[in-house]
Amino acid sequence: MSTATIALSNTTTERSPQHTATIYLKEAKYEFLKNLRLRLYTASVLSFPLMFYILFGLVLNANQAIGGMRVPTYLIATYGTFGVMGASLFGTAAGLASDRGLGWLQVKRASPMPPFAYFTAKVVTSMIFSTIIVLALFALGFALGNVRMPLAEFAQLLGTLVAGSLPFSAMGLAVGYFAGPNSAPPTINLIYLPMSFCSGLWVPFMFLPKVVQHIALALPPYHLSQLALGVVGAGSHESNATHWEVLVAFTMICLGVARIGFQRDQEKMYG
Amino acid sequence: MIAAIEQGRTRGIVHSDRAVASLEGVNKNYGTVRALRGVNFQVHAGEVVALLGPNGAGKTTAVKLLLGLMPPNAGRVRVFGGDPTNPANRMRTGAMLQVGRVPETLRVREHIDLFSTYYQEPMPAEQILATAGLEKLRDRKFGELSGGQRQRVLFALAICGDPDLLFLDEPTVGLDVEARRLLWDEIRQLVSRGKTVLLTTHYLQEADALADRIAVINQGEIIAEGTPAEIKAQTSGKRIRCITRLGLDRLRQIAGVTEVREDREAVEIHASEAEPVVRELLVCDAALSSLEVTSAGLEDAFLALTRESLSNGDRPN
Repeated sequence: MSTATIALSNTTTERSPQHTATIYLKEAKYEFLKNLRLRLYTASVLSFPLMFYILFGLVLNANQAIGGMRVPTYLIATYGTFGVMGASLFGTAAGLASDRGLGWLQVKRASPMPPFAYFTAKVVTSMIFSTIIVLALFALGFALGNVRMPLAEFAQLLGTLVAGSLPFSAMGLAVGYFAGPNSAPPTINLIYLPMSFCSGLWVPFMFLPKVVQHIALALPPYHLSQLALGVVGAGSHESNATHWEVLVAFTMICLGVARIGFQRDQEKMYG
Repeated sequence: MIAAIEQGRTRGIVHSDRAVASLEGVNKNYGTVRALRGVNFQVHAGEVVALLGPNGAGKTTAVKLLLGLMPPNAGRVRVFGGDPTNPANRMRTGAMLQVGRVPETLRVREHIDLFSTYYQEPMPAEQILATAGLEKLRDRKFGELSGGQRQRVLFALAICGDPDLLFLDEPTVGLDVEARRLLWDEIRQLVSRGKTVLLTTHYLQEADALADRIAVINQGEIIAEGTPAEIKAQTSGKRIRCITRLGLDRLRQIAGVTEVREDREAVEIHASEAEPVVRELLVCDAALSSLEVTSAGLEDAFLALTRESLSNGDRPN
């Protein structure tokens, strides 16, 4: 019967590059909309760094200085790092763990979606939220804390912090592959909050106990915050190259762990 | 072409000897749990096949293997004559799976828009919404929908690429009668357009209502296969209950008896036809009492089939 031969003749047509680009764009667009409408996500990810900044940077210590740097400027770099880290970790890990654990990822995988589009959308969304956070911090500092810097310097600060979204998105993927849908958010908090403190994102690095300062050297948020502080002229002794190397190595390790989780999932999906 | 398929879509007709999707000697284990054992199963172009079985029988596993979501431990899985993970195959396949949580903050039309983008030649959005009965719900967020409406969105996502082959894993599970009927109508609409459909269900009624062919699966094995009429003939028949002095082995020897079970003080005999069996029973045992003859219902028949496969098996589980 002719129907059978038609059904079996394979379509070999590949997607055009424009079509592929459209898929990546839409995947990212809807991932962004999805998170934007998730009040729990936007509230925790946006409001915490902004609230801390207003309280500690604009209300309490606005006229103080840390190592010659005005507090409102200094804290844009550190709370910026804090915000980027939160947006990226929650944006990737919570969504992935839930999609994975509750079957949605399987529906996507059964469709002709390019698998990479799914991950790219999460990372891009994290970067967009990171941008929003840094812009909001700067707007607050500019309007209420008299923070001023040359446009080029600001662009570099923004670029550094948003690029810093990548290591934490990678970490989020790794966590998302090993945490369950309900355990992912508390797991992230367990990593995120102590790491932020120990890296000097809440209390400036030089005021941290010596022991904690040693721990900080091994923590990615410390290195990102030092890069950001370096841009505004309050960096530490290590060279920028060292900071970048640590962040790149950390990203690679996390991606490796995520890949193990990805493969493990392929093998033993149950149900 | 569609007209030709439509004409051919009469119940029981085998549409082609070439399989659109097949499992060949497939084993699938989850650790020590053997989900599928040596399963041979085919779906032919233009037919609607129901994989019928109780929970945990291996239905979902079969679907996931055919979707290329995981590899078998042994045997071969083929879709459109090739590997199920082939992207070109995915382009021609749609799937409705059981999902615990779908992103709730996206609207119905947004979900459909995104999935439509994945396909080369998607159905127009209006047509998808109409087919799935979602026109009035297009601007609703997924989280605001009822259970039946959510299933219809998943159904819409399965059909948005206008696929040739459609997998529906327990499409109506947990739905009330009305929502189930609605979804059945939607599935029938698609079928009338010549799609090939593999449906899993644990409702015999559903398999009977939708499928050209039913494969009954239990404990990872296909235990019966045929048209709904054949399955019913094979499993339904009559149930005869009586108190008799005749031994179970003697009863099993009576022509037409398919199954004999002790049921408290009485025996329960399953037979394709009641009259010849009753005649012989009365001849052989004058003291026979409490005779009852009932026709086995569909669900009964299904239970009998799966129970049979259990008692014939050598497995503890």
